[in-house]
Amino acid sequence: MEHIVIIGNGISGVTAARHIRKISNKRITIVSSETDHFFSRTALMYVYMGHMKFEHTKPYEDYFWEKNRIELKRGFVKSVISQSKELLFEDGERMSFDKLIIAVGSKSNKFGWPGQDLEGVQGLYSKQDLDALEMYAPTNKICKRAVIVGGGLIGIELAEMLSTRNIPVTFLVRENSFWNGVLPKGESEMLNRHIKSHHIDLRLSSNLKEIRSDATGRVRSIIIEETGEELPCNLVGLTAGVSPNIAFLKESGIELGRGVKVNRFLETNIKDIYAIGDCAEQHQPIGNRRPIEAVWYTGRMMGETVAQTICGNKLEYNPGHWFNSAKFFDIEYQTYGWVFAKPRENEAHFHWKHKDDTKCITVAYHKDTYEFLGINTFGIRMRHEVFDRWLTEKRSFDYIMKHLTEANFDPEFYRRFEKEILSEYNNQTVTT
Amino acid sequence: MSSVQRNMSLTGEPPKSINTSQKLGTLIGLFGLAIVVLAGFNIDFPNKGIWLTVALIAIASGIILFAKGAYAGKQEGIKNDGVWFKSISSRGYLAWVAGISLTGFYIVLYFFPQLLGLNSEGTNSGIISLFDPLSKVLSGNPASQWFVYGTLYTVAIFAFGIKFIWKYRHNRYERLRTMSVMFFQTAFAFLIPEFMARLNSDTFNLPYYDLKNIWPLNYYNFEAYRVDSFISSGDVGLAFLVFGILSIFVITPILTYKYGKRWYCSWVCGCGGLAETAGDSFRQLSDKSMNAWKIERWLVHSVLVFVVVMTTAVVSTYLGNDASKYWLTKDVFLIGVAVFLGVLFATIWFFKKEELQKDARYGAIGYLVIIVSLIGIHYATGKTLFFFEAETLRKSYGFLIGAIFSGVIGTGFYPIFGSRVWCRFGCPMAAILGLQQRLFSKFRITTNGGQCISCGNCSTYCEMGIDVRAYAQKGENIVRASCVGCGICSAVCPRGVLKLENGSTEDRIEGNEILLGSDVNLMKYVNEK
Repeated sequence: MEHIVIIGNGISGVTAARHIRKISNKRITIVSSETDHFFSRTALMYVYMGHMKFEHTKPYEDYFWEKNRIELKRGFVKSVISQSKELLFEDGERMSFDKLIIAVGSKSNKFGWPGQDLEGVQGLYSKQDLDALEMYAPTNKICKRAVIVGGGLIGIELAEMLSTRNIPVTFLVRENSFWNGVLPKGESEMLNRHIKSHHIDLRLSSNLKEIRSDATGRVRSIIIEETGEELPCNLVGLTAGVSPNIAFLKESGIELGRGVKVNRFLETNIKDIYAIGDCAEQHQPIGNRRPIEAVWYTGRMMGETVAQTICGNKLEYNPGHWFNSAKFFDIEYQTYGWVFAKPRENEAHFHWKHKDDTKCITVAYHKDTYEFLGINTFGIRMRHEVFDRWLTEKRSFDYIMKHLTEANFDPEFYRRFEKEILSEYNNQTVTT
Repeated sequence: MSSVQRNMSLTGEPPKSINTSQKLGTLIGLFGLAIVVLAGFNIDFPNKGIWLTVALIAIASGIILFAKGAYAGKQEGIKNDGVWFKSISSRGYLAWVAGISLTGFYIVLYFFPQLLGLNSEGTNSGIISLFDPLSKVLSGNPASQWFVYGTLYTVAIFAFGIKFIWKYRHNRYERLRTMSVMFFQTAFAFLIPEFMARLNSDTFNLPYYDLKNIWPLNYYNFEAYRVDSFISSGDVGLAFLVFGILSIFVITPILTYKYGKRWYCSWVCGCGGLAETAGDSFRQLSDKSMNAWKIERWLVHSVLVFVVVMTTAVVSTYLGNDASKYWLTKDVFLIGVAVFLGVLFATIWFFKKEELQKDARYGAIGYLVIIVSLIGIHYATGKTLFFFEAETLRKSYGFLIGAIFSGVIGTGFYPIFGSRVWCRFGCPMAAILGLQQRLFSKFRITTNGGQCISCGNCSTYCEMGIDVRAYAQKGENIVRASCVGCGICSAVCPRGVLKLENGSTEDRIEGNEILLGSDVNLMKYVNEK
């Protein structure tokens, strides 16, 4: 029986395993050094915040794996020996495979800051990071201040987490407005205000210069590049993005770039070795997507695709319309299609913001054809299915604005804003 | 190792201490409770009316002040910080103290009301006498243990309802729903029956009737003494009796078809009302395992069968055999019940067989065969209907289900098993509504395409123990018999994935893994069976 080995028990690897099991009888082993069972990485924050226990983050009950004949192996893979199709574990153990799926995910970026490896300096990605956070920042007595470096999705999650334990947070953001490399100005600025309203000390246009240590090798303070200011702190969160966790593959002969290089079939340069999820890097970006997509949903889709290929139905990774979502403290965010921070050539944005400063939308459209290109929505839930269809049908900007009601996904009895949005739209189109 | 002092506790020490408003609220609330408890030790309060007013106001305002301290200073949004760190909401010491106290209270209430001061022969004493003045104002009669219970119950729904509204003030569905249960409890369960009692005289004698309490939840509604009362009260009484029958056979199916069982379970019902308000702090304690779901299905439907059998037996005892006196004789009734159940079963089997799981089919066939053959045996051999005396069945049901299950376990164990144990495992009304909701309803929880990140907030906070995530992460709508439509899964979802809605019954349940955002061709393969 063919033995499929998957390194990594995150969403990508587990999805691949589940789908291989659905359509075949192959022997499947999932290897992980992180945890015994699959858990939802995106839910780690809720464990620290006390919304859930770690047990609750597991999407499948523990009996699931045996019932579905998916073997689980706890261990750290030190290297992949491609010629003999073997994995070498840290403890010297070996495991042979017929086909290998690399789904090892990411690690937090460190940009060579002095002191970046001190105790109390960490990212927020793995179960181990969560454990470390419990150790270094359990209370505001032990952690008198935390500094977060890097203004993205993980940074703001970490800020929210720490603030639930009343730990004062300084949030260093390199850009002059939160996440404005991705979000248009109006949205990004609304979020700046929301972050501050949660008593986060948000420092825009601020970089980390160095992290200083106390006598025991633990973080004592940080220095801000621009001002030279020294901020005493007990925890430094490094959340300036993630990159593929592929150091162990250096000697394997597998072609590496920033990630594991794969073609559209998610195949590496070596036969029978595949890579999916955060750690896979496309030779050519697909559409407007980045060559490395470190997103939950794309990991899942790659898992589904590679399962088909491995089971003899060779399939290209061909994702549909882009979508994503996040939550910034109390404000939910969803996006469908492409809305760039600054409209690209031939693109324009329509922006509406509610006066309470917690809801807004931005619609991107083509300047000449008025084709609808994408929407960002904050504080109003929208229906994925409807926007997916509208994008496929290449609907016009005007059509979207007039049919926005159909896409609303807020709970029943919620106040609706379509009228207000439409009248703003009519105003703006009349004046321009 | 470094010399730095480390906290080695597993969960850390998040801020679980309480602020000044909460301390003050606790003080005031416990003061109110202390008055009631002291009355239980036969401390004779002068001016009972005033002391009772002080006690009830203190209890309510203590709870409300506590809620203000917890939520008022915070921005609108989900307020679950530290739920699993707090002793009361994570089965810690306070939870056990609360659970044991509540359980003890229920045991006394159901089985030893004299300890509360009940004296049906003369004047009440103790706690019950403290409530006499209020009862006399409302109905003109002295209080009973049920009046005490009803009053405290209403105060709990009212005060914790305000807490709930504060907590979910950004969510209009939750606000309206909570105002609804507060209204139905205060008006229908508490005030109206008391006022109705005022109308009673020698010639007019309505039974105590909470109109929203429908058979089989109100399992005693068709017992002889009540039916006699209804009939003796002329047209009004008859109207109530007819309303009671229409409620379960006509009104309930229509509303459940249109809105799902939530119209009752989380908008109207008193048990649901208490679970949603006072029980809100315990919703995350429900068991989500597959095993719990299996137990739930067998248990709740067995209780339903039990109540059908019991009621059939009880009603048949007071029906006559002479068709010339009244058309509804015992024979007509029994054959009617058998035919009704048979037709109901055949209809479900014919239209919905594909949607029934294997164990549901076995269960349904099994129970139908048992009921019909028991009636058959009764006629063939003349043995007692269902082998037991109707009175024995009635008493066992009242004891096991009415008292132990719904009261002692259902509410007493809130802090241990979660707030909806009764609704989920025991309520026959929920079972009927659940069958309707699962098989013939427009209600569902829609999953928003491919947006689920499997975080598990929905499942964790489902009081009915539904593993919501299992559906959401597959892009499947949630259509479950047990869902009471409280809307909390949708509220706590950080990605806007879930929406409770009433829509077309076509494609209500998507069996396929349709995850939007993926390749359309890929999805075709994935969904090949």
